[in-house]
Amino acid sequence: MSTVSGQETVSIGTGAAPLPRARAVGALRAWLRLLGSEVGLTLRRPRNIAMLAVLALVPVLIGVALRTFGGPDETDGGPSVFGQVTGNGLFLTFAALSILVQLLLPVAVAVVAGDSVAGEAGLGTLRYLLAAPAGRTRLLGVKYANAVVFCLAAVAAVALSSLLAGVLLFPAGPITLLSGGTIPLLDGVLRIGVVVLYVTAGMAALAAVALAFSTMTEAAVGAIASTVGLVVVVQVLGVIPQLSVFQPYLLTHWWNGFDGVLRDPMATGEMGQGLLVFAAYIAVFGSIAWARFTGKDITC
Amino acid sequence: MLTVRERTPSATLPAEDCSIVTRGLTKRFRSGQVAVDALDLAVPRGSVFGFLGPNGSGKTTTIRMLLGLVAPTGGAWELLGTPMPGGTAAVLSRVGALVEGPAFYPYLSGEANLRRYDAADPAADPRTASARIGLALDRVGLAAAARKRYRAYSLGMRQRLAIAAALLGPRELLILDEPTNGLDPQGTREVRGLIKEIAAGGTTVFVSSHLLAEVEQMCSHIAVMRTGRLVAQGPIAGLRAGEAVRIRVETPDLAEAAAVLAASGLAQVRTGDGEVSAELGADAPERICAALVAGGVAVRGLAVQRPSLEDVFVGLTGEGFDVNG
Repeated sequence: MSTVSGQETVSIGTGAAPLPRARAVGALRAWLRLLGSEVGLTLRRPRNIAMLAVLALVPVLIGVALRTFGGPDETDGGPSVFGQVTGNGLFLTFAALSILVQLLLPVAVAVVAGDSVAGEAGLGTLRYLLAAPAGRTRLLGVKYANAVVFCLAAVAAVALSSLLAGVLLFPAGPITLLSGGTIPLLDGVLRIGVVVLYVTAGMAALAAVALAFSTMTEAAVGAIASTVGLVVVVQVLGVIPQLSVFQPYLLTHWWNGFDGVLRDPMATGEMGQGLLVFAAYIAVFGSIAWARFTGKDITC
Repeated sequence: MLTVRERTPSATLPAEDCSIVTRGLTKRFRSGQVAVDALDLAVPRGSVFGFLGPNGSGKTTTIRMLLGLVAPTGGAWELLGTPMPGGTAAVLSRVGALVEGPAFYPYLSGEANLRRYDAADPAADPRTASARIGLALDRVGLAAAARKRYRAYSLGMRQRLAIAAALLGPRELLILDEPTNGLDPQGTREVRGLIKEIAAGGTTVFVSSHLLAEVEQMCSHIAVMRTGRLVAQGPIAGLRAGEAVRIRVETPDLAEAAAVLAASGLAQVRTGDGEVSAELGADAPERICAALVAGGVAVRGLAVQRPSLEDVFVGLTGEGFDVNG
């Protein structure tokens, strides 16, 4: 094997014909290395840090507003969790997530996932990644995994900041559930964990949509705007009573479906259906992204 | 020896001795435009292979097809003896590439950019990454700017970083698309030196260019593209051999000089403005010089003109080489 002169001292790759198992371990390690590079790139990017900071700031603002002006009147018919926040700071997490999951979280996810492939294409770095060779399916998988990691980071940022703000601004203690019973504080925190995972799954479904758009353009802004536009349109469709038959098929309809954790025992029916819808969206749009990305000429 | 398009190059060279082989490689874009038309390339192992052609002649599309970025609409190709695109994952780790100019993340340093590309290569060993990145930066003279953000790099530095990215691992084949673009004369010289050094280590270098002179200075073989078709390919010495070496005499005594040259048995004697030239053939220039002086010709200057590639192409294709395409 001929090598570039002067580089004989450093080795690349593994030895000759490794065992299948060793090869699988090596492939997994290389995959994780690329994911690490991807996550590092995403979480170090000033734009993404700013989005996470804004997401973390909103629960604090909601908390301060509730502390200053008091909770909504029960007769207002506002979201029931809001009324509970002043009594127990843990409810701030539920309140903040139910508000942010409507638009701000989806926007942040759309920015990262919509940028994932189109941004690389726009920079021209996509051709070098593929010539490395990153492998198209492998790169797409890493891109999606990275988007999911960002979803989790964004939702966790909201949850942690609202947990902190809630505990600092309001009394915290055993939680009185919507169904009337009371659960210990630690149990409540665990249930917040369940909500975080559920909301992350909902955002991961949106990330699959954004990723599919991202494979169709070289302009990241186009993929991001299409995703956000779609979210808004679908949400508008979701509130038109005449179209209520379509509601169960709309992604946005299920994002908020985590009220069940505040019942005793935990009502998982709605969340289970939501997860099925999310899985369906991930499967469909993931396939579209894959078909598009693996069959496309990279001319930029 | 010269291979013209009508002859199949792969017939003259066994495929296993080639780093790149294409057979009838064709790309027809959806617009109907044929960017590359039935390309039969044979790039011998260990050669520095110049891929010449004006801008828009299909060089970059060919390189994109070789690297699996663009799917051909016809034909087949092999890299390092492995049929593509099936062998992409196995082969491309051993191929360094520079495609259509540098592309990096502007907010990362040069070093972080190389680390990013290294992470994308499944065959790259992360334990040696720092050493390999340092070496690659050193080889292109960017060690001092390693921690500077790419955004702050000059055009020449960006081009060097792209070459460094192609040198991240031990490569058996380098595919360099216009590697001296954007470099100043000093940088161009350095890249040329680097390519020669890499080739001396046994690596095949496939380098595209629209500059004849550049290719002539560093390549052992060339292929010429024109509007998507291969016009010629072969060893550069073989291409040159088709064209005669001439001797040119600067003198005020034009008629006498022409007579002496003809009397010395030289063919194709031409008289120009203050000079006379003829095909030198196998004759020694010093013998002609002595004959001229003995014949009383006032010799003001004497030069042996080896044919440039440009002459070769004019002779070969009957057309000039229009670098502006």
